[in-house]
Amino acid sequence: MSAVGHEIHGHEEHHDAHDHHHKDTFITKYIFSIDHKMIAKQYLLTGVIMGIIGIVMSILFRMQIAWPEESFTIFKVLLGDKFAPDGVMRNDIYLALVTIHGTIMVFFVLTAGLSGTFSNLLIPLQIGARDMASGFMNMISYWLFFLSSVIMVISLFVEAGPASAGWTIYPPLSALPQAIGGSGAGMTLWLVSMAIFIASSLMGSLNYVVTVINLRTKGMSMTRLPLTIWAFFITAVIGIVSFPVLLSAALLLIFDRSFGTSFFLSDIFIAGDVLHYQGGSPVLFEHLFWFLGHPEVYIVLLPALGITSEIIATNSRKPIFGYRAMIASILAIAFLSTIVWGHHMFVSGMNPFLGSVFTFTTLLIAIPSAVKAFNYITTLWRGNLQMNPAMLFSIGLVSTFITGGLTGIILGDSTLDINVHDTYFVVAHFHLVMGISALYGMFAGIYHWFPKMFGRMLNKNLGYIHFWVTAVCAYGVFFPMHFIGMAGLPRRYYTNSAFPLFDDLADVNVLITMFAIIGAAFQLVFLWNFFYSIFRGKKAPQNPWKSNTLEWTTPVEHIHGNWPGEIPEVYRWPYDYSKPGHDEDFVPQTVPMKPNEEQLHH
Amino acid sequence: MTSLLIIIVLVLLGIAIWQLTKIFDLTQVGAASGSDNSEVANDRDNNVNGYLMFAFLGFIYVFTIIGLAKWGHLALGTPASEHGPQYDNLMTISMVLIFVVQTITQFLLHYFAFKYRGKEGKVAFYYADNDKLEFIWTIIPVIVLAGLILYGLYAWTNIMFVDEDKEDTLIVEVYAKQFNWEVRYAGEDGVLGKANVRYIEGVNTLGVDMGDPNAQDDIQASELHLPKGKQVIFKFRSQDVLHSAYMPHFRAQMNVVPGMVTQFSFVPTITTEEMRLDPMIMDKVANINRIRSEKSAALTADGKEALAPYTFDYLLLCNKICGASHYNMQMKIVVEDEADFNKWLGGQKTLGAAVKESQASEAPAETPAPATEEQPETVVADTAAVAAAH
Repeated sequence: MSAVGHEIHGHEEHHDAHDHHHKDTFITKYIFSIDHKMIAKQYLLTGVIMGIIGIVMSILFRMQIAWPEESFTIFKVLLGDKFAPDGVMRNDIYLALVTIHGTIMVFFVLTAGLSGTFSNLLIPLQIGARDMASGFMNMISYWLFFLSSVIMVISLFVEAGPASAGWTIYPPLSALPQAIGGSGAGMTLWLVSMAIFIASSLMGSLNYVVTVINLRTKGMSMTRLPLTIWAFFITAVIGIVSFPVLLSAALLLIFDRSFGTSFFLSDIFIAGDVLHYQGGSPVLFEHLFWFLGHPEVYIVLLPALGITSEIIATNSRKPIFGYRAMIASILAIAFLSTIVWGHHMFVSGMNPFLGSVFTFTTLLIAIPSAVKAFNYITTLWRGNLQMNPAMLFSIGLVSTFITGGLTGIILGDSTLDINVHDTYFVVAHFHLVMGISALYGMFAGIYHWFPKMFGRMLNKNLGYIHFWVTAVCAYGVFFPMHFIGMAGLPRRYYTNSAFPLFDDLADVNVLITMFAIIGAAFQLVFLWNFFYSIFRGKKAPQNPWKSNTLEWTTPVEHIHGNWPGEIPEVYRWPYDYSKPGHDEDFVPQTVPMKPNEEQLHH
Repeated sequence: MTSLLIIIVLVLLGIAIWQLTKIFDLTQVGAASGSDNSEVANDRDNNVNGYLMFAFLGFIYVFTIIGLAKWGHLALGTPASEHGPQYDNLMTISMVLIFVVQTITQFLLHYFAFKYRGKEGKVAFYYADNDKLEFIWTIIPVIVLAGLILYGLYAWTNIMFVDEDKEDTLIVEVYAKQFNWEVRYAGEDGVLGKANVRYIEGVNTLGVDMGDPNAQDDIQASELHLPKGKQVIFKFRSQDVLHSAYMPHFRAQMNVVPGMVTQFSFVPTITTEEMRLDPMIMDKVANINRIRSEKSAALTADGKEALAPYTFDYLLLCNKICGASHYNMQMKIVVEDEADFNKWLGGQKTLGAAVKESQASEAPAETPAPATEEQPETVVADTAAVAAAH
């Protein structure tokens, strides 16, 4: 194993040394590239496309919730006659849309699209490395991700519909095609796609970890790493710890589905027949799933928090407040995130004593989260805030992180969870705290590092419009959901009209859908800005945001190996903004300490 | 018609975007003299967005207040179980805490964003660390959460750990299948007969083992009746996929898992009749009926059938995705005085009798059936003895 690693690594150095001799062809430069910057862009583009699919799906099912069982031309066009006869969405297709929306957004957009893009782009650039530890493995990681995306999209066209057992794919519903049509070929493709995705994610994560540990440039100690790198590093570690467990869950589920084993199934009578399954437990699946599923929340969120730490410091022209506390809280969150999965299962039928333990560990997470939030706020205090779009999205992230995080106190409490479990209260909570927050982190990252990726600037005015409309609509969608959740409205209901009890919630649901449609429509502003600026945007200077980190010391034009000459050496931490005694309000990491310059014990 | 509306909305949105860009562009005109149109925020942008940050704080506050005023009444209302008030109390405490923290932190965040908006030539305060501050905002959450955790765990233990040997409890099996609920009462012996899906046959839809003496007096029903003031221990079983038995008015929920028996318990404290006279519920019902009559008016104008007026009933809902018709898997719960409950239960047929009856109606041709049927009768007597000893 290690011999193979060395071989690839050796080959790479060789490749670097002779880089100037042979020209990249179109295929090696844009398609099967092993340059981390190109791979980052590939991740981003794939993520954006998957994001479009995921968000369009959410609009479709939101329309169904607001105007149940009404006929819409858009359903006819997008879903076809089979999934939406006469333009009325079928009830199992509603569930399919909910399922695939969740899967795509969590895994394909916010895991691969966010972490894949920025880990790849920033880890080598910010630690001063020529590329990832293994560029080849990095390339394979992307192409496996691409393959899994393609399979997931293909599963949408299966005759009986795509997977529709919820993104958590709890068996037996996900195991039995008799229970719901989507659990046939659609579910098989889902599982295959996710297995490939996990392989991709593991390859990526291993690469990130090895790169951060081994390839830091001279002077770049762990306590001089930008917080982005800390976040990506720890995220990769959590991914390595937890994704294999999902893979084993998926494999066992494949066994149950295809080879007649009984890991998760027992005593089932369906469609007039007793099935042979005996002795398995769906609760076991829930444990395995959430052992990944909860850390996954932080896999999604930590990179976003890392990105905002960097952006808030740069745009506040101030050091991030409490650098070491920020690292400690990332570590604490990462550790705690692996021992709280049971809070998704308080009413699953597991021993209530376990519920007590998980309540305890879950509420502990509030402590490092609070530390992070307060540190962000203190960083703004007495700053000189440059309101670039990336900064707005970062502030927006802190806002939704607080709003969404606070309701976690309710859901993490096993007692209170009893009555809001699986209601819209939960939907509101996790969309704000991980969905919207992570999306904001992703947007912030795109606005901030677009000049680094494409050598051009995004239009800031379009960015402002994008942010403000999105910010209002995000609250407009998810804030009212708390109320309908408190009213006891379960999530994943095709229509609420079967219960007169919920008739008084119909207005709110219409309002939510309106906000969702407007919010989604304004993402077109972003897409336009994004694609237009790639080709026609204003040319970017080398360091547009006057930032300290190493990526801004590289030339605007991408070159293989990042720096034309020697790799720069690092003399200081990355947050010397507005440091007294310097002429400018930023001191890049490559600037040596002045004689007698005070070094803080950050 | 709807598609036309959507097109119009989209067109208007497009125009709005276009106009907004123009406004932002215009705001640049004044600043353009000093700036270079570099797509990096200048003083003008800092100003505009700083003020917008402050406005956004207003938006959050106003939206919260409007939400509370307009949608606050949507909440479930008076809890109908013994542990319900404790649940609501913990919820209220947590909510108050959340609102206080939310109000303060959002203020600090957005106010700082407004107050310290950038200005050419201004220098930020180099301030990297303060252990005392870090300590303060570590220790405050620790203390507050310690209180919440203790209260929460106390309530959780009260709710979840049930003394099954307690006298005078009612044992009810709630049975889930796509997309229906059924219930089974333990009958006179207070013990549910053994069951497994492999015994499902004919009227015995719950798969009760009719060879089990405890099963004979079990009573199957399609409506959940509960006596007021008695501890009810629910045993949940599912025959196909995961379901979740959600009884929101009782602050009760438990997943229903095929292959195992899960459990929840509560004491209903308010009968259905009493709940219908509860002021909060009356308001809620009146509001819902107003909405329904408006809808009915529209429906009858279209020549369709009007909606029936709504009367309050407790409900059991499925709250775990279970298939295409998940959204309509419900059962009515009736809470009544113990005397009424006993009367209702007495009127139901026992499972032993029901099975025998159905077999008798099919039996005539098959002679051996009665022979096996004799057995349970004799065992029932034994059961009674067992129950008494218990």
